[in-house]
Amino acid sequence: MRDVAVVAFAQSPIVRREEFRNEVEILLPVVHDAIAASGVGRKEIGFTISGSCDYLAGAPFSFVSGLDAVGAWPPIRESHVEMDGAWALYEAWVRLQHGDLDSALVYAFGKSSLGPLVDILVLQLDPYYVAPLWPDSISIAALQARAWLEKGHKESELAEVVARSRRNAQSNPNAQLSGDADPEALLAEPYFTSPLRRHDCPPISDGAAAVVLATGELARRVCERPAWIRGIDHRIEPHGLGVRDLTRSVSTADAGRRAGVGEKPVDVAELHAPFSHQELIVAEALGLDGTTDINPSGGALAGNVVMAAGLTRIGEAASRIMDGRAGRAVAHATSGPALQQNLVCVLEGTDG
Amino acid sequence: MAEPCAVVGVGQTKYQSTRGDVSIAGLVREAALRALEDAEMTWRDIDAVVIGKAPDMFEGVVMPELYLADALGCAGKPMLRVHTAGSVGGSTALVAASLVQAGVHQRVLTVGFEKQSESDAMWALSRPLPFAPPTLAGAGGYFAPLIRAYIRRANAPDHIGIMVGVKDRLNALRNPYAHLQIEDISFEKVAESPMLWDPIRYLETCPSSDGACAMVLTDEAGGRRAAKPPAWVLGAAIRSEPTMFAGRDAVNPKAGRDCAADLYAQAGITDPYRQIDVAEIYVPFSWYEAMWMENLGFAPDGEGWKMVDSGATSVEGDMPINPSGGVLSSNPIGASGMIRFAEAALQVRGQAGAHQVDGAHIALGHAYGGGSQFFAMWIVGSELRGSA
Repeated sequence: MRDVAVVAFAQSPIVRREEFRNEVEILLPVVHDAIAASGVGRKEIGFTISGSCDYLAGAPFSFVSGLDAVGAWPPIRESHVEMDGAWALYEAWVRLQHGDLDSALVYAFGKSSLGPLVDILVLQLDPYYVAPLWPDSISIAALQARAWLEKGHKESELAEVVARSRRNAQSNPNAQLSGDADPEALLAEPYFTSPLRRHDCPPISDGAAAVVLATGELARRVCERPAWIRGIDHRIEPHGLGVRDLTRSVSTADAGRRAGVGEKPVDVAELHAPFSHQELIVAEALGLDGTTDINPSGGALAGNVVMAAGLTRIGEAASRIMDGRAGRAVAHATSGPALQQNLVCVLEGTDG
Repeated sequence: MAEPCAVVGVGQTKYQSTRGDVSIAGLVREAALRALEDAEMTWRDIDAVVIGKAPDMFEGVVMPELYLADALGCAGKPMLRVHTAGSVGGSTALVAASLVQAGVHQRVLTVGFEKQSESDAMWALSRPLPFAPPTLAGAGGYFAPLIRAYIRRANAPDHIGIMVGVKDRLNALRNPYAHLQIEDISFEKVAESPMLWDPIRYLETCPSSDGACAMVLTDEAGGRRAAKPPAWVLGAAIRSEPTMFAGRDAVNPKAGRDCAADLYAQAGITDPYRQIDVAEIYVPFSWYEAMWMENLGFAPDGEGWKMVDSGATSVEGDMPINPSGGVLSSNPIGASGMIRFAEAALQVRGQAGAHQVDGAHIALGHAYGGGSQFFAMWIVGSELRGSA
């Protein structure tokens, strides 16, 4: 495979509600920052791709206006996935393998404040047999958490995850939620949807993220320490909740194996786990142990821009390679109810 | 160099207003199973699935690929979902081809679908975006002024759109999958049909269809050992440009011209009119056949309508366009682009049945979307190299 690296990452502040900016206005400075930081000229970008979801805006073609943030003139090679931007990055990585293009811009955005997100996500379920029952996204996560606890886990493990996320987020200027949370105090909070407390659930967020990829020579030229993609893979599981063991993430484990996660120690892992128990399920699937710094950005519990949160994990992991804080990092993205679809990306600072 | 890619299986559903006999899952599975059968493969042979459809509001299911993973045999496999407006069927096929060309996978199943009877496309296309000017007029209301601009610019006679409306419906009578089967189609019948968005008459516009189209794509080794003749992907290109800005020509978009130029360069085509044997292009409103003839370089600027007028674009003509009946005869929007790509492949495989163009070796598949701003195209051939 051709060497491809992340050479730049930019994101907006993650906020509960962008009152005065639409999606393009949120996106424009983010795309501009990523391209400026990449050292690749805007018109030299070979391939452009985005991830977004029409239903967040309640209108078709939300990606069309996103193009205005890119300046698609003269016309560009451009595509879009109705998926988290992490999958857009995967498609860009595939396209760069052809050998004729050397760079790609990947961006994603979501403005969840425009509608009732937990209800909108119900429309993501089997439209004939499940959606008519209106199980909202938090209730489905609670079912998963209950199954996980019944395997012998404790609620205190969830509180530890949340406390660490809030603590780590204190050093993330873009985080929506941060603070010095005490696990004991968190456990004293009432249930929101049992066994989940409000802090076990992701915040509702608005924001955007962008990544620039470059191949071998170009990456070395424009970036002092590129974050080389050493493995990337994604897998999906059956949709039906009843046919999966919700306490394990076999698709994460499979993608992680194929991406080579276990071949060497992992310094940093950015896991896209919107709910606290999901971080523990994903970490177990990837075989991560106590030596890995998990979600130093605070993760999705500190800010969850739907459609951009997975791409942000890749960006946060890559940033730690690029600035020398980590030598080897793993990024993970998820989609669908109860971790149905998962992507794993391994990044390294070592060249060659 | 990228790995060669071949189409070794094609599957289509019958296109009709309402496929009330199947669920959304049943619809996509029907096309996928037919493509697998054509390729003489089973689900087990497939490495990855790439699915595409137009806005999710057309069915009211958010990111329906998640729910369709089971029906398309995706468990444990990679699945991608593409959405690039009306061009999506073409873009989806190109993403699937890209996986093969990158050497990432050897056998990829790709599916495009729309089940428009589940919702209302006019409504879904007209939802106002916050802070954006609403069109509230569906696609016809958007494209009619562009067509009027073309007519004025090219000084084209009024009957050109009517001729395309007749020709594509006559072609559809030879395609058992086509939605519209209008036995008594005639110039008078189209001319006398109600005016919807001047100059677009009722019979000059596409229907609203349920349907799915699927293809199995393989690498070179897969193409070489395919059970039936493969269609080799000789060129693949996409281009996008913004919806609105002062310097844009929305009638003859630069994105389309650039896309065709990139495509022809890859496939070694210098004279598309002479070298391409048949084309399946995205014509949702009759006049777009004439307009795309110019955008694609089949005719000089201002003369695309003359190809229609002379009969060159009929099945018996020099440059047969849409022998399947085209989008004017079947339009499950998210599949329509892929149907163009698949029909191009069927032609060079010699598998197009009653609408086969004799001696078709090089074919163009074309799709566009948004405000004439997203383009996806491929050239397929019966031979891998040196045939164009």
